Amino acid sequence: MGIPLPWYLTLSAVLFSIGVMGVLFRSNLIIILMSVELMLNAVNITLVAFAQFMGDVSGQILVFFVISVAAAEAAIGLAIVIAIFRNKLTVDVNNIKLFRH
Amino acid sequence: MFAEIFFIASSLIAIFASLAMLISRSPVQSALWLILVMLCVAGLYVTLSADFIAVVQVLVYAGAIMVLFLFVIMLLNLGSVPSLDQIDAKKAIGFVLLTVILGQLVYATSTTSEYLSTAIIENPETGTALNIAEQLFTRYVLPFEMIGILLLVATVGAVILAKRTFE
Repeated sequence: MGIPLPWYLTLSAVLFSIGVMGVLFRSNLIIILMSVELMLNAVNITLVAFAQFMGDVSGQILVFFVISVAAAEAAIGLAIVIAIFRNKLTVDVNNIKLFRH
Repeated sequence: MFAEIFFIASSLIAIFASLAMLISRSPVQSALWLILVMLCVAGLYVTLSADFIAVVQVLVYAGAIMVLFLFVIMLLNLGSVPSLDQIDAKKAIGFVLLTVILGQLVYATSTTSEYLSTAIIENPETGTALNIAEQLFTRYVLPFEMIGILLLVATVGAVILAKRTFE
């Protein structure tokens, strides 16, 4: 392991920023969910890097839990997307205005 | 030396693929680019000698979650959409703020590097499945059970949400 820790942290920051950009700039609900998955991945890189460099296994167990919660989140989010598409026939967030009359 | 080259190659591919996910027109292409990002992140876990997490990453993320995404995209039968809408003031402000936050994060990690390097205890044995399992089933057994309940609730909720028709 000759790779320094700041490389991992910088890569994680870049990937997280790209994920935030996806959430902010895209209007497709499915791509927004994918960007959230990308942000979770970026945080996982940080957790695994710190866990390995500090010799503590707890960080990796936290990554294990994050992956499980991400699976649950993807299932629920996609079910909500299907329910919205069935009623509105669109997945564009600009056309989904549930609270506006 | 080989590890550095592998790290740089996979991180560059990951950044390129995530940008391609961001700007590609069809959701199927976005999902395929995101699978490439997941595989590159698994390669990064291998360079950290976290083998178990790398395998779980490939199985759960690149396998299960992305197949679910592709399945839903095909189910909804979406056409290709315009990739990015017109740039208005709100998006410009968001981009500027994001650039500032990214610069701040990179600055923070680069300035604390000498402090971090003193605290490093490299232990390649940390990431093995044996060590993870020992901690997971003794110290973290209660969160483990709660994750099981959470996945059960999420499965039931997903089925109900996908079945019900709203008013």
